[in-house]
Amino acid sequence: MTSSSDSHFDVVVVGAGPAGIAAAVCAAEKGARIALLDDNPAPGGQIWRRGDALSSIGQQWLARLSRAKVAYLPGLRVYDHAADGMIAAECGQDRVELQYEKLILATGARELFLPFPGWTLPNVFGAGGLDAMARGGLPVKGKRVVVAGTGPLLLAVAAHLCARGAKIIAVCEQAPLRRVARFAFGLLAQPGKLMQGAGYRWRLRRSQLLFACWPVAAHGKTVLESVTLYQANRKWTVACDFLACGFHLVPNIELAQFIGCRIEDGFVTVDDLQQTSVKNVLCAGEPTSIGGVDLALIEGQIAGLAAAGASQEATPLVRRKQNMLAFVRAMRAMYQLDPELRCLADDDTIVCRCEDISYDALRRHSGWRDAKLQTRCGMGPCQGRICGAAAEFLFGWHVDGIRPPVLPVLVSSLITRDRISEEAL
Amino acid sequence: MRENEQPVPITVNGQPVTVTSNTTVAAAVLMVSVHARTSVRGELRAPLCGMGICFECRVTIDGKEQQRSCQILCAPGMDVRTS
Repeated sequence: MTSSSDSHFDVVVVGAGPAGIAAAVCAAEKGARIALLDDNPAPGGQIWRRGDALSSIGQQWLARLSRAKVAYLPGLRVYDHAADGMIAAECGQDRVELQYEKLILATGARELFLPFPGWTLPNVFGAGGLDAMARGGLPVKGKRVVVAGTGPLLLAVAAHLCARGAKIIAVCEQAPLRRVARFAFGLLAQPGKLMQGAGYRWRLRRSQLLFACWPVAAHGKTVLESVTLYQANRKWTVACDFLACGFHLVPNIELAQFIGCRIEDGFVTVDDLQQTSVKNVLCAGEPTSIGGVDLALIEGQIAGLAAAGASQEATPLVRRKQNMLAFVRAMRAMYQLDPELRCLADDDTIVCRCEDISYDALRRHSGWRDAKLQTRCGMGPCQGRICGAAAEFLFGWHVDGIRPPVLPVLVSSLITRDRISEEAL
Repeated sequence: MRENEQPVPITVNGQPVTVTSNTTVAAAVLMVSVHARTSVRGELRAPLCGMGICFECRVTIDGKEQQRSCQILCAPGMDVRTS
């Protein structure tokens, strides 16, 4: 890795998770001048976060990144883009402008959070959320934890927390067991994934693993004290210190949307070589489909090679990508949300946490835009990143209307936005 | 403490806390405080997503308001304030 004060690059990669790292490394190895931006303090994204032993694949890619000629720029938050190939980012109190020939969006995914009574209490986290906090130094040793929601992340998170000394009381997967079993059967062709799952299960052999089960309420005076779980018309309450609850992933497509990339069914549309509908803008990893780290690495490599003008070399990777798409579809079907989860929130449950807007205040509105205008829902600092995805599921609303700045920024950054999206001011 | 990890002294709401290097400010805050911020209706809030998306972990760091504490690492002498 190198640092650079020059702001013109052949390829700018946004996001230093697996897809972004693979893209930056592959493009750099072809001799292109690369900048790799990330809003976190260290590379690796969420899955290769420091604080735990890294998988050997993670170690290999991070080592390749450290050897590659890549200007790695951590702590940068991209908030604006101009059509002439320029992006603007904030770094602490400073504003940074970068010019690109090719832009690769590898912005990853976030968790889907569904509102239920008590979900705003301190110590109710996302599933990946608590994992990230623990890796960031939050002590979990001896803590009683309920892990809930849906997705392959639940077992992984529970196993990580268990390894750190947490007492995993229960892992509650909303998908029914028969669907999970069928999915696992389909994994026989991918023994690696199956073994990983079996390993997690072994570590969690003392924890309850419940299917078609989810939290219906979190309780506590000022912080979380207990959780009420639901399964097959039965409700019961368990005391716990932390609830780690996430309903699988939502792609981070805001920047792609803002740039004008075509979005279909919530994902950025790309061709075989990761090219989006916008010239010179490519996209790789979770924003194109929730496919996990293996697919992200392949897409990242394809994007990196294509952006560096070495598309031919990407051909075998394109074939591997196509072979993985069946798995992606199966995973999507597997973690489809139970429609009953739409009834989790009661009238007083807050849906928009930034502006404290309740379920009752929202449901009277005809759509996202109407709700925004009337209630300020989605207009707080997160810009609807949390409540927008929830509203899509709860009300079937179409969440759109990304405007600059894509994130809240300092007024000083806006004042100096001389060359960026002036037409939008 | 692992190898290469140094003790990092900071204060949260004036209270001294010593954490290991590579500890996020959000994690340090929760070691001494139940919350990071107070919501517009007066509820106590603490980090949710842990990855810079939800903005529930906002605190004041060295006088700078609205900092997302889950994406910032503790540095020696940091003065962190919840709201």
